Amino acid sequence: MDNAEYQREALNQSAFDMLTLCTSQLEKAIEAFISHDSDLSEEVIHRENRVNAMDIKIEKDCEKFLALFTPVAVDLRFIMAILKINSDLERIGDHAFNIATYVVEEEKAIPAHLFEAVEFDKMHETTKSMMDNITVAFEEKDVKMARKVFKKDKVLDKINIKSFNILEMEIQKDQSIIKEALFLFSVIKKMERVGDLIKNVAEEIIFYTDAEILKHKRKK
Amino acid sequence: MAAEMEIIMEKPIKEPKILGSVIDPSLKKKPKIEVTGSKVWYGDFQAIKGIDMNIKANSVTAFIGPSGCGKSTFLRLFNRMNDYVDTFKMEGKVKIDGKNIYKKKVNVEELRKEVGMVFQKPNPFPKSIFENVAYGLKIQGIKDKKFIDERVEKALRQADLWNEVKDNLKKSGLALSGGQQQRLCIARTLAVEPSIILMDEPTSALDPISTAKIEELIFELKKKYTIVIVTHNMQQASRISDFTAFFYMGELIEFDKTKTIFTNPSKKQTENYITGRFG
Repeated sequence: MDNAEYQREALNQSAFDMLTLCTSQLEKAIEAFISHDSDLSEEVIHRENRVNAMDIKIEKDCEKFLALFTPVAVDLRFIMAILKINSDLERIGDHAFNIATYVVEEEKAIPAHLFEAVEFDKMHETTKSMMDNITVAFEEKDVKMARKVFKKDKVLDKINIKSFNILEMEIQKDQSIIKEALFLFSVIKKMERVGDLIKNVAEEIIFYTDAEILKHKRKK
Repeated sequence: MAAEMEIIMEKPIKEPKILGSVIDPSLKKKPKIEVTGSKVWYGDFQAIKGIDMNIKANSVTAFIGPSGCGKSTFLRLFNRMNDYVDTFKMEGKVKIDGKNIYKKKVNVEELRKEVGMVFQKPNPFPKSIFENVAYGLKIQGIKDKKFIDERVEKALRQADLWNEVKDNLKKSGLALSGGQQQRLCIARTLAVEPSIILMDEPTSALDPISTAKIEELIFELKKKYTIVIVTHNMQQASRISDFTAFFYMGELIEFDKTKTIFTNPSKKQTENYITGRFG
C-alpha cells in the first residue's frame, strides 16, 4: 500500500469511526429523552468533546491529504465527500448534545401520551434505520443502500408537519403540559433536521461512488 | 497493487471508439488536426496501434500516459519529426486544415513553418538572442531588416521575454536561465508564425516559477495558436489544457474534456493512471 493509499484508508477509517460515534450519540440522546434518563444524557454530553475532537482531526487530515497528494477523480471526490460527511455528522452530534441537555435541565419527563400522539416512536425507529442504512452504505460503498434514506426522510417530514397541530390540540386539552409539549416539539424539529443531514450524507456517498450530484436535484 | 497492475496490463482495450464518446461536438466540426487510423512502427515494434483523433483549433490538448505509451510518437506525427527515424513506418492519415501532410508532394520544411515545436530541454543555438529568434526567418531567405526586427520583437513579446532581454539582444542565448532559454525557444518558434505549436514536456527541466511563466504563456498563446503538449505532470495537464488524451501501450484509451478526465474519467485505466495507482 503506498503512502497516498495508506492515508486514504486511514481517513476512511476515521470517518467511519465518526459515523459510529455520532450514531451512538444520537441513539443514546433519543433513548435518554424518551426515558428521561439523566445519567445517559450526561454520557452524551460528556462524549460531545470526542465528536468535536474527531471533527477537527478529520478536517485537518483532509487538508493534509489535499495539500500533499493533490487528488483527482475518485480520490478528489473521496476527500470532498469525507469533508462534507464529517461536517454533517458533527451537526448530528450537536443535535444529540442539545437533546441530551434538555433532559438534564428539565426535571419533568415528557408524558407518554404525548409521545404516542405525535408518533415519536415511529420517528425514532425511522431515524435509527436511516443511520443504519448510511452506515452500511458508507462501509460497503453501497449506493442502493444509500438511496433508501430518501424515502424514509419523508416519513420524518410528515411527522414533523403534523406534530404542530397535534401538540396544539394536546395543549388545549391540558395546559399543564405546555412546557413539555414545547420541548417535544423542539426535539421533533431537531429530528427532522437530523433526517436532512442523514440525507446529505447519503448524497455524498452517492457522489463519491457514482460521481452523481444529487444535491438540489431530487424530486420532492 | 502489483496484482491489480498486472490485470490492467493484460487487458488493454482493443479498439477504443474515441470520437463517438467525445462530449464536445465542436471537435467533430472542422478540426485543426484530424488523425484517422494512424499506426506507427519502429522496425517490428508497433508504437501506435490505430488511433483516431480530432484536435480543435485555438485549444490546448494535453497528451498524458506512462513512458513508452506512444504519446511523443503521436505528437511527432503532426510535423513529421518521426521521418528522421530510419525504421519508422506509418499507416493512416494526418490532416492539418483538411490537407493530408503525409502526401508525397508535401514540402516538409513548409509544414514545419506551420507546425512549430518546443522540446523538453531548452535548445537555443550558440548565437545571440536576436539571432536565435531571427534564425527561422533568415533561413526562409527573408532579408528585410526592418521586417525581421519587428518579427523578433513581436515573438519575444509574445513569449513574455522582451522586457527581460530587450537591452541585451546581442547576448548569447546560452547565457540566459533555463526558463528564459525555454521562452527563447518558444519565441524562435513563434517568429515564423506557425498555427500549431507542439510541446514535448516543455517544462520538465524547469523550476516552478519558470514553469508557471510557461504555463501562463501557453494560456495566452492558445488565443492565436493550436497547442498540443505532452506532459508527465498531471497537475500541469489539468491546469492548462482544454482537452486531455490518455495513451497506454500505443492506444488512445480516453480523450475528453480535461475537466471530465480529471473529475470523472469514463475508463478505469485512466482513473488508475491519473490517481497514481499505476504507471
